[in-house]
This record gives sequence, structure tokens and C-alpha cells, in this order.
Amino acid sequence: MAQKEYDVPVLEDHLPTPHLQRDALAHVRSHPAKPELQKALGFPGELVEDWEAKAVAKLGELLQKHRSLRVYLDACVKCGACADKCQFFLGSGDPKNMPVARQDLLRQVYRKYFTAAGKIAPDLVGAKPLTREMLDEWYVYYHQCSQCRRCSLFCPYGIDTAEISMAAREVLDHIGMGQKYTNEVILKCHQLGNNLGLNPAALRNTVEGLEEDIMDDTGVPVRLPVDEVGADVLLVTPSADFFAEPQVDGLIGYAKVFHQAGLSWTLSSYASEAGNFGMFIGSYDHMQKLAVRIRKAALDLGVKRIIVGECGHAWRVAYSLLNTTSGPWDFLDPKYPHPQHICEYTWDLIQKGGLNLDATANDDKVVTFHDSCNPARAAGMGGYPGGQFDIPRNIIKTVCNKFVDMHPDTIREKTFCCGGGGGLLTEELMPVRIAGMKPRMQALKQVMDEKGVTHMAAICAICKSQFTGVMPRYGMDPYMIVSLHQLVNNAIQLGTKE
Amino acid sequence: MAYEINGQTIEHDEEGFITDVSQWTKELADYLAEKETINMTPEHWEVVNFLRGYYNEYQIAPAIRVLVKQMKVAFGPEKGNNKYLYELFPYGPAKQACKIAGLPKPTGCI
Repeated sequence: MAQKEYDVPVLEDHLPTPHLQRDALAHVRSHPAKPELQKALGFPGELVEDWEAKAVAKLGELLQKHRSLRVYLDACVKCGACADKCQFFLGSGDPKNMPVARQDLLRQVYRKYFTAAGKIAPDLVGAKPLTREMLDEWYVYYHQCSQCRRCSLFCPYGIDTAEISMAAREVLDHIGMGQKYTNEVILKCHQLGNNLGLNPAALRNTVEGLEEDIMDDTGVPVRLPVDEVGADVLLVTPSADFFAEPQVDGLIGYAKVFHQAGLSWTLSSYASEAGNFGMFIGSYDHMQKLAVRIRKAALDLGVKRIIVGECGHAWRVAYSLLNTTSGPWDFLDPKYPHPQHICEYTWDLIQKGGLNLDATANDDKVVTFHDSCNPARAAGMGGYPGGQFDIPRNIIKTVCNKFVDMHPDTIREKTFCCGGGGGLLTEELMPVRIAGMKPRMQALKQVMDEKGVTHMAAICAICKSQFTGVMPRYGMDPYMIVSLHQLVNNAIQLGTKE
Repeated sequence: MAYEINGQTIEHDEEGFITDVSQWTKELADYLAEKETINMTPEHWEVVNFLRGYYNEYQIAPAIRVLVKQMKVAFGPEKGNNKYLYELFPYGPAKQACKIAGLPKPTGCI
């Protein structure tokens, strides 16, 4: 099958608000999860006969469970502040990718079944029954939302489209309309402990290979221990770190940092994944089941601390939801923050003078930093507001002499999604991923042209894969993308401090 | 969705990856390569055979750097690099080489 060609937006010197292109992405639909996959996750195999009643019942249950969802559905006044904030709208012009329109797909059904006005005078309040066509629109457009929450930053009411999109996906799963990509990944993680599907033997083989590579490169025996009972720290990191470029170079960076610090640490073959796709499909059950694996590994290995690698949504689940999903974590050592982000760990060490770093090793680069959505808008770092923005930059500035930020409207809390988060990192959604990457590419191109930027660092496996996968379509070099700890990896002087 | 080759029916998924690894044959690899407009050279076969061997042992495709290392062993440093792999399989070893080798496409945050 030859590679399909897609329209790629032309990057200009600014990011225009697009002309409306009705239904521009209406044809882009995720592959459905097959019946056996759906059933393996406890969902109906295919669309149930009484889908309308089941969907409404599920929505009712979610409204009971999450007061926030009802508030978000009630509060919108259609002010339009969100309309031009979503990268999928900005890249495609499809009006249904305006956050308000995306929310309305569920909101009109909510009004019809759960509000008095919607029951009495549906036409007056924009209430609509759940039809088969509506379900299809849900399936299409709730899988064109990366749950990045950029729109909610600009909403005067703080309406969180991500929560609405998660609820819609949860309803869809419960009537038999799951998405193949996310559900396949969740099943692999239940079965093998990671999203990729690395079994323990494959994991060991992979990290042994990395130990050999480090030895060949540096002559220093840096270890990547697996299942070491009694280690102080359990590292949970996205399984892409074992597999993909440039993620692997980041993992080697963590290992070198731990080595120089003399830290006793281990990976777990049982919980070899930080990511948690349960969040993407809005399933607290699956999110919890996946998070509990990490708890079990921590208890079995007897660790005192947990450090989370460079993964965006994992950090949200760990930072904001770890106690809810798998707490209490009172068995960990209270002297340390838990969970701790790898950036927090490394920055702390740098401040204490624990690492010997030579920034000239990165003198061939002018580096910028892409804030990933979940650390930026759904979590924190360092125990103070804005720490999640400063700490990664502080590390980069320590290991690179040349650092430049992108346009202020595209970084920190206003950062754009890479275009592949929230369960969109799958081939059939390529037109959506290309469109959604436009704002970030525009901002990157600007600093390349004006400031000579050569590399963009990120702290999320999905961002790194989305960028390296899609940038060639924009005529840009995928090797520009680096893991933050890859820069640390380049700069660290092994054998001088240990 | 299925390929018909020499009277054999081989099921595949939406992206053309075969669903039963054991149904793979050399003829299927040639057929798929042709569809991908790839002319199978000894270097292509080295990749495909290595992928299949690794998969038999570990039930997953190897990381790209593992593949690169193997190419270095087999053909020397000028062919043992990422860039050369992409010259062999322009749409990537995961997407194209795995498909031709009959392996499931690796998915996750990659």
C-alpha cells in the first residue's frame, strides 16, 4: 500500500485564524476496536441494540459521579473565547474542532435528556436527541481532541473540554464503539506491563543492549537495573523510552544521571510503563487498574521512592491522580517528594553540585523547548506555581549554552499540543495530526528563521514521536527533536564525579 | 480484508499488516514489497530476516537501534545507521519493514 499523500498547511510568518472549512476533517475517523478487543477490556463487543438508552444511562452515571462534568455542560455562554484556541481548528478550519462546537456535540444531548428546558422545549435551548448520526459525530470529533486543555485556559468559566471528551469516549466504549489504538495499547499494558508490548525478556535484552552501547561510547559501566529488589528508587518511564528515537537517548541520560549520583535504582518488568491510556478513554476503572501495577511493583521491590520519566500524561496521572487511583503511598520515604519527576530530580542534583556537566558538548545546537500539555496545564513541578516551566528550562540552560524560547503565546501554560496527544498518535488520524501540529511548527519555524534554532527538546514520548513522525511532511528535519535528558546525556562527564 | 497469494488467503488489518504471523511466506514479502514500491535487495532481506528472528525470540519487533546494530554487524558502519535504514524503507522500519516481515505494527507512544 503506497503512502497516502495529505494536504500539509503552508507555514507563514504568522498564524492566521483560518477561514471556516466546514467538515474539513469529518472524514477522518479512527479505526474501531474489534469485538474481541472491546470484550477483553470489559466493554460490549459491538454497538449494543439499545444504544440510546445505554448511552444516556452511562452519561447520567458520569454526571452523578463527576459534578464537574455537569458544571462544564451547564456553564457555557457561547462567548467564543475558545473558538480560535484549539490547534486542530487552527490547522484545519473545521468549525467542529472549535472547542465550543466539540463540547456542544455532547452538550445538546445532555440538554435533551437531563435538563427540564431541553425536555420541554428542545428547539429553544439547542437540545437534540442522541441519533446514530450524532454518535458518529461523537466518534469522529472526540477522537480529534488531544485533551490538551489549551481551550480551558482561555475559557472565562474554566470549562475543560478534555473532561467532556473523556466522558464522551467513556460513553462510546460502554455502547461498543471503542477506538482501536487506545484500547489495544491499554490491553497490552494490562497483559505485559507496558504500552508497547515488551515482555520481560525483551525488556532485559533491550536494556542490556543499552548498557553495552554506553560502555562502548564512554568506557564507563553504567547500569540499567531491572527488578532489583531493595533498590531505593523505582523508575517508571514511557515504554517508548526503550524503543524509539530520540526517546532512548533520554533514557540513557537518566541512567547516566543516576550513575553519577550513585543512586540505587531499578526498573520493573511488571510496571514498565509510566503512561496511562486509561485517562485518554475517560475510564477510571482502567486508569486505576494500570496505576495499581506501579503500586504493586513498588511494594514488591521494596523501593522508597518513585521517579517518573519524560512522559506528559503519565506525569498528570502521577502528580494529580496517584493517590486517588492507587494510594495511599505512605510506605514511601516521606523525606522525598513523591512521585518525583525526572526533571525535578536532575535539577535538584544540579543545584547541589551533584553533576559534572560540560555545556560545550551541546555547542553545536541552539535549543528551544516545547512545553507538553499535561505537565504544563495539568500538573506542576518543584512545589511552586510555574515550576513545570522553569525546571526543564533551567536544566537545558545548564547543559546548553544557547537556549531560545518560542513566541510567548505558544509556550508555558499557553503551549500548543504537538497534535498527537490524548490517543491520536495513530496512522489513520494523520490528517488531524498534520493539522494539529501547524501552530507549533509555525512557532518553531519563526525561531529557526529569526534565532537560528536547530533543536527542540521535549519531555513527553508522544510529543517526540508525533514531531519526528510528522515533521518531514512539513519539510523539516525530524532529527531536530531531542529528549531533554538527551542534552544532559551529551553534557554529563562520566567518571569525574562518581 | 485479505491478501490472495498463490491461492492462499491471508487476513490483514486496516493498514495492511497481516494478522497471523505464521502465515508469512517469502512470496508474501515480495508481494508486499512490490505494493510498497520497494525492490528487495540483500540488505532489505537482512532487515526482514533479522526482524523475524527477533520477533520469534521476543514476540515484539526490535528497537530501531537494535536493528541498526545488526546492520552494522552484517554490512559495516556505512550501512549500519538510521539514515541508511530509512533509505531502505522510506516510511520507516516500524511501518514498512515490519509489514513486509509479517510482524504486527509496533504501537504505543511511538
